Amino acid sequence: MAHGPAKGIGRWLFTTNHKDIGTLYLWFSFAMFLLGGFFAMVIRAELFEPGMQIIKPEFFNQMTTMHGLVMVFGAIMPAFVGLANWMIPMMIGAPDMALPRMNNLSFWILPFAFALLASTLFMEGGAPNFGWTFYAPLSTTYAPDTVNYFIFGVHIMGASSIMGSINIIATVLNMRAPGMTLMKMPMFVWTWLITAFLLIAVMPVLAGAVTMMLMDINFGTSFFSAAGGGDPVLFQHVFWFFGHPEVYIIILPAFGVISHIVPTFSRKPLFGYSSMVYATASIAFLSFIVWAHHMFLVGMPIGGELYFMYATMLIAVPTAAKIFNWISTMFRGSMTFETPMLFAIAFIILFTIGGFTGLMMAIAPSDIQYHDSYFIVAHFHYVMVAGAVFSGTAAVYYWLPKWCGKMYDETMGKVQFWVSFVGFNIAFFPQHFLGLAGMPRRYADYALQFSDWNMISSVGAFIYGAAQLLFMFNVIRTIRSGTPVSEPKTWEGAEGLEWTLATPVPYHTFATPPEVK
Amino acid sequence: MSRRANMLFALVLAPVLALISSGSALAEEAQRWAVNLPKGVTPVSNAIYEIHMIIFWICVVICIGVFGVMFYSMYAHRKSRGAVAANFHENTTAEVVWTVIPALILVVMAIPATSTIIQAYDTSEAEMDIKITGYQWKWQYEYLGEDVAFMSELSTPESEIYNTAPKSQYYLQEVTEPLVIPAKTKVRFLLTAKDVIHSWWIPDFGVKKDAIPGYVTESWTFVEEPGVYRGECAELCGKGHAFMPIVVNVLEKEEYNAWLGEKKAEVAAIRELAKKTFTKEELMAKGKEAYDRSCASCHMGNGEGIPGVFPGLKEGSAAVGPVANHLDVVVNGVAGTAMQAFGGQLSEVDLAAIITYERNAWGNDTGDVVQPIDILKFKQGQ
Amino acid sequence: MSTESSYYVPEQSKLPICAATGLGLIALGAGTWVKGGSSMAFFAGALILAFTLYSWFSLVIKENMAGMNSDQLKRSYVWGMGWFIFSEVMFFAVFFGSLFYIRTLALPWLGSEGGFESNNLLWGDFEAAWPLMTTPDMVANGEAAQFMGPEQNMSFPGWDKLLGWLPLWNTIVLITSSFTVHIAHTAIKNNNRSKFNLWLGITVALGAIFLVLQVEEYIHAYQHMGLTLESGIYGTTFFMLTGFHGAHVTMGTIMLLIQFLRGLKGHFNSEDQFGFEAASWYWHFVDVVWVGLFIFVYILA
Ligand code: HEA
Ligand code: HEA
Ligand code: HEC
Ligand code: CUA
Ligand SMILES: [Cu+2]
Repeated sequence: MAHGPAKGIGRWLFTTNHKDIGTLYLWFSFAMFLLGGFFAMVIRAELFEPGMQIIKPEFFNQMTTMHGLVMVFGAIMPAFVGLANWMIPMMIGAPDMALPRMNNLSFWILPFAFALLASTLFMEGGAPNFGWTFYAPLSTTYAPDTVNYFIFGVHIMGASSIMGSINIIATVLNMRAPGMTLMKMPMFVWTWLITAFLLIAVMPVLAGAVTMMLMDINFGTSFFSAAGGGDPVLFQHVFWFFGHPEVYIIILPAFGVISHIVPTFSRKPLFGYSSMVYATASIAFLSFIVWAHHMFLVGMPIGGELYFMYATMLIAVPTAAKIFNWISTMFRGSMTFETPMLFAIAFIILFTIGGFTGLMMAIAPSDIQYHDSYFIVAHFHYVMVAGAVFSGTAAVYYWLPKWCGKMYDETMGKVQFWVSFVGFNIAFFPQHFLGLAGMPRRYADYALQFSDWNMISSVGAFIYGAAQLLFMFNVIRTIRSGTPVSEPKTWEGAEGLEWTLATPVPYHTFATPPEVK
Repeated sequence: MSRRANMLFALVLAPVLALISSGSALAEEAQRWAVNLPKGVTPVSNAIYEIHMIIFWICVVICIGVFGVMFYSMYAHRKSRGAVAANFHENTTAEVVWTVIPALILVVMAIPATSTIIQAYDTSEAEMDIKITGYQWKWQYEYLGEDVAFMSELSTPESEIYNTAPKSQYYLQEVTEPLVIPAKTKVRFLLTAKDVIHSWWIPDFGVKKDAIPGYVTESWTFVEEPGVYRGECAELCGKGHAFMPIVVNVLEKEEYNAWLGEKKAEVAAIRELAKKTFTKEELMAKGKEAYDRSCASCHMGNGEGIPGVFPGLKEGSAAVGPVANHLDVVVNGVAGTAMQAFGGQLSEVDLAAIITYERNAWGNDTGDVVQPIDILKFKQGQ
Repeated sequence: MSTESSYYVPEQSKLPICAATGLGLIALGAGTWVKGGSSMAFFAGALILAFTLYSWFSLVIKENMAGMNSDQLKRSYVWGMGWFIFSEVMFFAVFFGSLFYIRTLALPWLGSEGGFESNNLLWGDFEAAWPLMTTPDMVANGEAAQFMGPEQNMSFPGWDKLLGWLPLWNTIVLITSSFTVHIAHTAIKNNNRSKFNLWLGITVALGAIFLVLQVEEYIHAYQHMGLTLESGIYGTTFFMLTGFHGAHVTMGTIMLLIQFLRGLKGHFNSEDQFGFEAASWYWHFVDVVWVGLFIFVYILA
């Protein structure tokens, strides 16, 4: 029982330890973030000026597609699974995850899936080029042959997500320390419990969608072909039935992280804990019944149009509760502004802006103008980069001292924050303007009136990208030579079981269950 | 602290300031730095603009309120100012209030939204119908009931795209032949596609609708002001997605009728031309031009295609095999691939020229000459 | 909530990485194989995966028999199986959902109904019907159509042909098997081992009979009814729904067979039979899916 980690590479290949697996997930996701970010840099470099400069249009489409896929499935989702692996057992007083061997399997599928996906870049016909939403029939009849690798890659990646989620649910429902009732669970655990449920519900739907594609491409079925009685729009329904919950899969754990950081640095308990829980659950529920707001222009009957508009607008209500709760937590607190808190505050501001543009797009008539324009690109980078990535960064700064017993350099952290914040806004705020002025997304080249804002946006993107290198430097430096810390509680205002463990956290978390009052 | 507050203000106010400047006299600059939706020239686009502005301002006001409180507490309740944390963590009244108020705001938003979307959907009582078909990467316009139909594709030359020539004013927003419609007329668009999904978007009309293969979707417009309006394909449709713009020329009704008459005469003249016999040189010259316009986007100007996606047309391909097979591929396309049926898109003259060109260009040198009449015969023989 | 005073901490294991390698090779190999390339990688992967899973399950069984599993871990297995089945439910939901969408919305639209009158520009007098025997393609392109509808379909053939209607027999077989597996379950709970073996054996046999009948039906469809994957949306939905169901019956039968063999070896007792129980849940799930299929694919047509 008392043994430490195994030596050598075997430690990582064969591990069943939730912290090791969490670490693997986090590094993997960071590598994918750099890869996806690199693709984004290629996109932004090409869009720096009108005209085709560095790549061909067909390659541009591959970049856009791979960027979206790698970021969503390779960077953001694994990052939060990594955090879940690290933190959930620590937060609920468990020794490890419920099913440790399956946990390792869930992780190790990912490198195979993404190696397969990335290898298509070097194959004849090139990588997937049909957008991360891979609408049929562009992704079926008109796709390069490599689409088959993409399909099977998605299949095994889905298997990984489902196993990961089953593990989280089993852990949370089954491994809590005595006295830790559901309504005493930390918010991060709650958000992940609900996220895991969403994942199990929708990953099979994605698997179904790619399976239909596989059949249409190779076996002559006609799901998406009107000639045989099918419908290309069916694909979109299936995809978005997965895809919309997917975006909340991305953001709910981020909400969880913020719900820990804001109280800590406000030195005040989270305001409205139970309404936070109910809001999370409502968001998850609503996410299943709003999917066709991505399809306002496919010509569905007016009744559907109205229903999906109203249902989508409703999501603003529980989300509002969350924002107000965070602000009330800060209100009359005793605040300090260390790097994690800076990222958390930026999250609140920028996510709200992104949420509002989401709400504008939920208005079906105005979505006629916004749909498939850069306005949307701006929207989802506000919620996904300033939302998910900022909160992920905040989480790493927040917990890194706990994980490795070393403190990061505060000045460098703040510098990274400000460069990120400024770069991010220069990169993505002008995209609202571009979209409203009429620039469609997924364009390899554009008309002259869009030149100026595009150039500014590219410059911002490069600044933001550079900030990520700073982040990497910062983290590695901390791990190798940060100032050692040993207090169980890194932050004055931090609460929760994870802060009762020794720093750095012992290899085996809770050997005996802690008592929760 | 105050730096942070400034930042936020800049963030909220940037669009506001920019909005004001876009209304100013600096029209040219304003277009380059455009930050807002165009108001547009149709009832629907105006209604959309209104609702867009209403919701935008509601959001700005909420932002100011919410961030105001946040920045106030960030200022007043910071530890460095000696703030001591309170310990409250619940207040049912407050929580109910901030659930109910947003819900009410949403209802306020939903009312104009509902009427506008119903208006945008109302395609009834149109005075004329135009069928719009999306192809990889061009549009076909058919005036239903008028026997007039033509293709409309990008006319910006490769040299501008690949930066070997200076870019003209309407770079990527100019086409070989614009759609022409009459002003002050309710025109219904019937949209569909032959291959993948496209989306037909003219911002100034407030019209964007997906063109879905195998289904017909509907939209409509009523343009007050004659003029030239530009738009683009808004749904990812392959490598030429950014290169299939839309130009609509709105004419006064009389001018439109005159145009329609000319157009019909032109169609008849082209049919006539198909009976003529051309020399090989004529066909090669015409063929190169038409090939570069219609085929080079996939098979490339040098006939080498893109390996793995679009086949080359050199030795070993159908372009040097039996003529009948070559004709069949070009006229009827290859079902289930990106190779479209060009029989209905191009005139017999163009088809004959392209095929002759393909069979003799890039060192193919088969020596075969195909005449328009051969195409006609081939089509009739089917 | 846990009540134990100390926890089970797992050892390192080589199994997961082997399974992941197997899956990776399967994905790579399948992608190569479907486009006409070699199937080597696929089968290599399948072999690795099968072997790994065999070792993995053997290990789990051994651990359990050795009494190493805490109650907590057992509960985790229960949760795991439950949520796995839920994910399968969602997978089938996609295909049922697609069937409903096609039947109630897309086909009438193609037939120019429901506000989609303009579709007659493309498909002329195509009329929506279910089962779809005449595809839009056939209406528009006649003999040149790529998607030719089936000559016959699988719907209820009328009361006079009732007894020769395979789906009915399939339904009877599967529903019976749900009861037999339940009898086996009760038997083992009462520690009646021989009864357990008998009824579980019968269940496995019924599963096998179902599969044979299903294959029979497919052969008939392909050879005599002109009903194939390619015959438009009816063939598509028919084969995809019944096909995935059949694949799950195969899985379920194998799972039950393994439990049967374990039963013969004397595993399970009235206290602990989760291995069997999990398989039986899966079996009930597969059964319920079939009832859905029988109603929506065969009867309501
Ligand atoms: C993390 C990911 C994430 C999140 C959280 C969201 C959140 C929301 N999104 Fe977004 N969305 C995406 C990721 C995300 N989205 C992506 C990736 C796409 C594009 C996919 C593609 O096509 O590639 C997309 C596209 C997209 C569309 C489709 C547009 C189109 O294609 O035409 C729509 C339309 O309704 C939409 C709406 C919304 C809404 C209403 C929310 C709401 O949840 C927002 C709620 C939040 C707020 C409203 C702000 C806070 C609230 C208050 C401060 C309270 C007061 C408010 C009021 C009373 C109004 N999103
Ligand atoms: C969570 C997901 C996520 C994240 C984090 C990002 C991050 C970024 N995205 Fe994102 N993006 C998507 C999800 C995401 N994106 C999705 C789903 C789409 C839609 C795809 C589709 O249409 O199908 C999209 C589309 C998309 C587009 C539109 C493309 C198009 O329509 O053609 C653009 C264009 O600017 C863009 C830019 C960026 C930039 C600059 C970043 C930056 O934040 C990235 C910053 C990170 C780095 C830069 C990496 C670190 C640095 C290096 C590797 C070294 C090199 C650095 C330099 C040279 C400076 N993205
Ligand atoms: C949108 C892309 C696209 C355009 C535009 C296009 N083609 Fe093709 N073409 C293809 C594809 C894809 C194939 C391969 C079809 C197959 O798989 O058999 C093809 C095949 C062919 C072939 C047969 C090659 C062979 O060896 O089998 C010929 C000949 C041909 N095209 C001629 C033309 C001509 C002439 C034009 C213009 C009038 C044209 N193509 C425009 C995509 C295109
Ligand atoms: Cu056509 Cu994009
Ligand atoms: Cu959505």
